[in-house]
Amino acid sequence: MSNVSQKIVHQYLRHNKKFPNVWCAGCSIGIILGAIIRGIADLQIPKDEIMMVSGIGCSSRMPVYVDFNSLHTLHGRPIAFASGIKMFKPHMKVVVITGDGDATAIGGNHFIHGCRRNIDITVVVINNHIYGMTGGQYSPTTPSGDLATTCPYGNIDSPFDICQLAIGAGSTFVSRTTAFHSLEIQNLFKEAIMHSGFSVLEVFSACPVIYGRLNKKGSPSRMMEHMRDNSISVKAVDKLPPEKVENKIIRGILKQDKNKPEYTACYAQLVESLRDKEA
Amino acid sequence: MDKEKEKAREKKKVNPKTEKKEPVKNWVLMQGNEAVARAAIEVGLNFFAGYPITPSTEIAEILAEELPRTGGAYMQMEDEIASICAVIGASLAGAKALTATSGPGFSLMQEGIGYAKMTETPCVVVNVQRAGPSTGLPTKPSQGDMMQSRWGSHGDAPAIVLYPDSVREAYELTIRAFNLSEKYRTCVVLLLDEVLGHMREAVCLPDMTKFRVVNRLKPTVPPEWYKHYDEDQKYLSPLASYGEGYRFHVTGLAHDVYGFPTNRPVEVATMMKRLKKKITQNIRDIVQIETFMMEDAKVAVFAVGILARAAKSAILALRKEGFKVGLLRPLTIWPFPDDAVRKMLKNVDTVIVPELNQGQLVHEVERLTKDKEDSDIKKIQKANGELITPGEIYKKIKEVL
Repeated sequence: MSNVSQKIVHQYLRHNKKFPNVWCAGCSIGIILGAIIRGIADLQIPKDEIMMVSGIGCSSRMPVYVDFNSLHTLHGRPIAFASGIKMFKPHMKVVVITGDGDATAIGGNHFIHGCRRNIDITVVVINNHIYGMTGGQYSPTTPSGDLATTCPYGNIDSPFDICQLAIGAGSTFVSRTTAFHSLEIQNLFKEAIMHSGFSVLEVFSACPVIYGRLNKKGSPSRMMEHMRDNSISVKAVDKLPPEKVENKIIRGILKQDKNKPEYTACYAQLVESLRDKEA
Repeated sequence: MDKEKEKAREKKKVNPKTEKKEPVKNWVLMQGNEAVARAAIEVGLNFFAGYPITPSTEIAEILAEELPRTGGAYMQMEDEIASICAVIGASLAGAKALTATSGPGFSLMQEGIGYAKMTETPCVVVNVQRAGPSTGLPTKPSQGDMMQSRWGSHGDAPAIVLYPDSVREAYELTIRAFNLSEKYRTCVVLLLDEVLGHMREAVCLPDMTKFRVVNRLKPTVPPEWYKHYDEDQKYLSPLASYGEGYRFHVTGLAHDVYGFPTNRPVEVATMMKRLKKKITQNIRDIVQIETFMMEDAKVAVFAVGILARAAKSAILALRKEGFKVGLLRPLTIWPFPDDAVRKMLKNVDTVIVPELNQGQLVHEVERLTKDKEDSDIKKIQKANGELITPGEIYKKIKEVL
């Protein structure tokens, strides 16, 4: 990391919050936090206008460290809290930081309904394929056959594809990248937050201490290399033979629909039309 | 049956509610649920999130019509969990926020209610009670949520729960629920009986100019000095809203005065003490009771909501026969009106506690019977979806006289 970017990050961290953070050595969440901060700095969005909401889990501890309006909510519920805030203060840029379990297990209902409503919230799903904070239980994105503390003989569940779930539920901006592709996180985050509507950014992240150890994925750097070698840009997908695309993490913007009306704008229109009628 | 009719007629004659001479134009025919919705708008409600459930749905229906016209926000959420969460989020962004539900939905909201109390976020939850457990009897009355409204959420946090007995009082207590929630920065629960939610009565709406509308204290200090959980001697502290320059942090984790997570016992103890003391040190401001013919009573009925009205008509009939009978009715069931109940237990021989459940509030009354000279406690309990009639209360009182 260059000196310049470190300074940017420092400008956005809370000075009255005592570090170190809660994350394990080798965890990817710090990289993602840095990329989000740099994205916001690039766009020069005032700190007062950023509302960062999170649920429960490793990734959801992020908002406490940053100097934005921040809300650390209940397990699975950040999108519901965020919807209330966005609806009441539509000018705010509402960002939800959530994990795979938080967003698609306990919070699955709020996730799909956020997508369906197309309310202007940016949801960053940090997908480490496991419940890290509780010590390594399988989540809705743990690959079949993988090990976790609650599937010691291998996972018999099928995993969710979070992006396909979001597309199916009607989200108007769906994108994916990995923690290895730090600059891509930054750029996709910028696209997502500037998109008017429900935007999803799924970031694959490495949990070397729990998921990696249980599944013999090697060192943190080995897990990073794995994400580098096993992912391809969505732009390259069409040019490659199908066997080269199989089982790969597809990165980039998977869906963007600028035509579907945004929820709070629809409501504002409704209020306006009623005002006109009464006048 | 003639007796019943006679009693009903007597009740009409002296009912203090209809005694007041108000101009006819101020009188309206209104349903309990409607009174809640209208009062909420009157007190400045600008955010509602809810999920349809019998018998509270009319509140959502009316607000869906009214809020877009008054510039407020209305959202129908995917479930009751999302509803309470959206309400808390909006409140932290500065809204006066409400949700309304019934038994099963109220159960789903408990985690959120605990979060609102923990984070000291003002909001109001209306629970139009239906008979449980589980899906129960959706259109039948019950007073089954006395304890859930107090202890429903995990952990240890005080509750403010209000309980009206008429449509007019539902209107007044809705205003009061918002005022208390804004003043004490907590989630206030308004319990309605199913029959009250759906009943239409002729009501004279209160003159709003006589009501004080309480809005939350806003911080006056610059943002860098702001403590989200600052306190004065009464444990009340100013509350900033998101998006106004005070970039504060809120968490359901145990937190310090700035709102940052902590597990230092000293800081956690301070937080827990504040949660408790802001209620217990302000009991006189929070607790409201009504006494009815208690001055010389030898037998007292202790009842809430719709049953207090049944009790009143039984009492009036017995007074006519010369018996010294009275009623103590809490309008605030939590915090429990300990002092008033103790006084009642000292002064009367027998207390009759009618409840539409298998015994909930009666335990609180029993808890306060320490003295051997305290009165006997008799119960009338019904949990079959029917009301307890004035006749049944009359009969029970007659048994002990």
